[in-house]
Amino acid sequence: MTTAPKPKYKVIGTRPIRHDGADKVTGRAKYGADIKLSGMLYAAMLRSPHAHANIKKIDTSKAEKLPGVRAVVTSKDIPEQGDRIVELGEGAVNMRHLASNVLAREKVNYRGHAVAAVAADNIHIAEEACKLIEVEYEVLAPVMDVIEAMKPGALVINPDVKDENGKPTNVAKTFCFEKGDVAKGFAAADVVIEKEFRTATVHQGYIEPHNATVHWNNDGKVTVWMSTQGTFSARQQTAELHRIPISDVKVIPMEIGGGFGGKISVYLPPVAAALSKKTGKPVKLVMDRAAVFEATGPTPGSVMKVKIGAKKDGSLVAGEAWVAFEAGGYPGSPIGMGCMCVFACYDIPNAKVDGFDVCVNRPRTNAYRAPGSTQVAFAVESIIDEICEKLKLDPIEFRLKNGSQEGTRRVDGPVFPRIGMKETVQAIKDSDHWRQPLNGKNRGRGVATGFWFNCGLKSAASATVNPDGTVSLLEGSTDIGGSRTAIAMQLAETLGIKAEEVKPSVVDTDSVGYTDVTGGSRVTFATGIAAIEAGKDIINQLKERAAIIWECDAGQVRYEDGSVHGPKGVSLTFKQLADKLHHTGGAVIGRGTSSEATQGGAFGTHAVDVEVDPETGKVTILRYTVAQDAGTAIHPSYVEGQFTGGAVQGIGWALNEEYWYDTNGTMRNSTYLDYRIPTCYDLPKIETIIVEVPDPQHPFGVRGVGEVPIVPPPAAIANAIHQAIGVRMTELPMSPPRVMKAILSK
Amino acid sequence: MRDFEYEAPTSLGGALAVLSKGTAKTMAGGTDLIDQVRMGRHAPDVIVDIKKIPELNVLQHDASGLRLGAAVPCYKIYGHCGIVSDYSALADSCRIIGGIQIQSRASVGGNMCNAGPAADSTPAVIALGGVCVIAGPKGTRELPAEAFCVGPGKNALQPDELLVEIKFPARAAHSGSHYRRFIPRNEMDIAVVGVAASVVLDDSGQKFVSARIALGAVAPTPLLAQAASESLAGQPVNESSIAKAAELARSIAKPIDDMRGTAEYRVHLVGVLTQRVITAAVARARGENIGHAH
Repeated sequence: MTTAPKPKYKVIGTRPIRHDGADKVTGRAKYGADIKLSGMLYAAMLRSPHAHANIKKIDTSKAEKLPGVRAVVTSKDIPEQGDRIVELGEGAVNMRHLASNVLAREKVNYRGHAVAAVAADNIHIAEEACKLIEVEYEVLAPVMDVIEAMKPGALVINPDVKDENGKPTNVAKTFCFEKGDVAKGFAAADVVIEKEFRTATVHQGYIEPHNATVHWNNDGKVTVWMSTQGTFSARQQTAELHRIPISDVKVIPMEIGGGFGGKISVYLPPVAAALSKKTGKPVKLVMDRAAVFEATGPTPGSVMKVKIGAKKDGSLVAGEAWVAFEAGGYPGSPIGMGCMCVFACYDIPNAKVDGFDVCVNRPRTNAYRAPGSTQVAFAVESIIDEICEKLKLDPIEFRLKNGSQEGTRRVDGPVFPRIGMKETVQAIKDSDHWRQPLNGKNRGRGVATGFWFNCGLKSAASATVNPDGTVSLLEGSTDIGGSRTAIAMQLAETLGIKAEEVKPSVVDTDSVGYTDVTGGSRVTFATGIAAIEAGKDIINQLKERAAIIWECDAGQVRYEDGSVHGPKGVSLTFKQLADKLHHTGGAVIGRGTSSEATQGGAFGTHAVDVEVDPETGKVTILRYTVAQDAGTAIHPSYVEGQFTGGAVQGIGWALNEEYWYDTNGTMRNSTYLDYRIPTCYDLPKIETIIVEVPDPQHPFGVRGVGEVPIVPPPAAIANAIHQAIGVRMTELPMSPPRVMKAILSK
Repeated sequence: MRDFEYEAPTSLGGALAVLSKGTAKTMAGGTDLIDQVRMGRHAPDVIVDIKKIPELNVLQHDASGLRLGAAVPCYKIYGHCGIVSDYSALADSCRIIGGIQIQSRASVGGNMCNAGPAADSTPAVIALGGVCVIAGPKGTRELPAEAFCVGPGKNALQPDELLVEIKFPARAAHSGSHYRRFIPRNEMDIAVVGVAASVVLDDSGQKFVSARIALGAVAPTPLLAQAASESLAGQPVNESSIAKAAELARSIAKPIDDMRGTAEYRVHLVGVLTQRVITAAVARARGENIGHAH
């Protein structure tokens, strides 16, 4: 569905085979763990068996004596960081906390916290040596629950985290956004719904575990091979932690087996670097699945109290939200973003949001697709559904009436530019899914809308014209969702050549200009702009080359449809001219950057049909449709792929995924057997509708699509469950025991 | 992972000789054992592969009943027409243990020896009246399946003994059986609760002659629900007799809270599944084809 007539694109909107496709489907693509270097050592990590403890003593002497062990490191091998805050592209980081997270210093703040590492001739020796490291712990009571952690008198996890009076606290940050007059707004409401919601800690669930192979050379230069969402961020984190110049570190990106926000923070490279520095040999460190669950960054569980008021005619008048997110062992949950997203889908004249970033003895949380937005959407979209029920209003019409549009001011201040919120609602209203009646017992249909900002940040690209008329494109955005092809297509469209004639490569930090992380749904947008700029640079240079050949002024040369056109009707195709570049001055290299452009925000609306087994509480997804504003879909298959993947992860978050802790603060389901992401047997085909409301900030109108689709599912499913069996679920996951309990206490 | 020796004897005597040295672990498909060794739960000096011993690969179905060697893999069991028709609950359970790769290796004998409280095949074996045939240095002994598991991960075997086969009685006329588990997903899960039932009806198909009901994942070991089973004998086949059996089954469930479900929920599920499973077993006893849902 397109809202405006589109220019006649030749490449954009087509579905070429991805450039990395053959390597991926034949298993030849090299991922992080595939690296093998001569003389390479294998490393293993000793992790804390306790959720909360002081480290009294670490004795590594027995481990060091085991034959085959080459080095043992602890936090002493990572320099002191002091009170430094460093800007790392997608947010500022307290270096002392980052260093302590990489190798625990005085304390362990969660089970699985890295304590020491061993490099040895093989992995078995390294693992056995870990068992010989003696750590004396003073075990402390684990603080697992957000509300408990916020109470005065709660055991404080980080003594250096203090409130405004200088008193240590677990509440690392508080936010408050307000607009209008909330009390007056609620006074004018005919219906007010107020509820408390909880969501569980969930993991991104990427297939590929974290990995790093590092060689600290004798000249002080450090090379890192790893899969990461951001090579430049990994370079900076590694360099800052070891207090060496960033230019001494080169990060070589390997293919990445999923990230979803979880592969931005570094865990392993600084440790492997310390081991390599001690041994002089390359050191490889790879996590096992339990370590991925216990010691990387899941996304926060939450407690939310939300209150919304509306008038009888269905107009929203006031909203209030109190949102507390688990930060994990160190501060830094996406609470700020959550607070900005709470009411972003609606035009609410009076609203207030309070947010809290709360340390608990769980792994330090991290981004996960639209970080913070899924939690708050679960609360708000459930309440909106209840308001519609109370006022006997159609949830689609309600959203068309109250939805955000160009000019709507968010509670945190910004005013929306042209956005497509209502267009996605309309697309669901017009869909086959919504128009088909849902029949049968214990079945229900739900709808929910979600928002994500999407960001711009910095990208760079360069492109060289080859004599055979192809173009080699170098970029720095590690490719998670098919971005290599989406960027190559934008360059091809700019140059008027075929997508297959661009050869994209994701290169290391020495080979391309600074590029921010693959995150914030920014790559197709911002790295796309950099590639377009590189294309324009090539065009300008090609005009000059043609002018040399035709002995005319460059101003007399036009570039159109992949050809240069000169005076008196002369012309050369891109390919013909490419063959003459060596005789007209050598290589043509285009370069482009993007730094100013920022995105206008994206919305999605989802519809879902469920059936609930009233005797077991098990929820079956019968039908699922995603409608989302993609601005302009560069490669529709990858847009649909993002819609589908995000929806599936949201369904998992809604129904079964959770960190299940025992009373000692030990996660008991750190395997894919018991951490239940949906299998293909649990899902229908996800139907997708691409809505296109072009973003004027991108030359082709691109909006990022990667994050929005995870936002609506939990709320949409909760609303469907309510319609099916009449219970309102206020806690995630809506697992069979929980749904059954709600049915029995109805 | 600690180093160990690997032995693959080709005779029962050879296997017993290795086991007599102590500290050996027996391996059939290895689908539980290899993972447990890797995770450090066991550190055996010797692993004895018993797949090459003829007695443990017996699969014999005739008028006297069924003999199932302890190393026979799941795929051969659910692919055997006689087992599918006469020991349906056993086929039901083997069809849902793991995926194709696991089913090609994993055996019912191994599933029983691993003694997991949530093992899928054990309730089916108990409901079908299976008897374990155990070989040891002093000869052979037999044990009813319900007495084989003695605790989580613990079975009734001595370190020098070996489970050779499981014997089942011949299928009675007008009988049928079924196994079903509850899992939150539709694949790749461990039973939150598993229930197997085998029923014998009278000639009219309207009355229970006898029944055996077994429960999984609700106690330290799979259980024979004796009172529930006996309650059906002589009763008409109807909702109330089945509901009464389900209630009696619930009363012996002593589950725990864990990542797979709460105790309260598991007790509830025992009631729901017992009714569903008895109903399905009755349908099979009446000759109806109920297919095999997950």
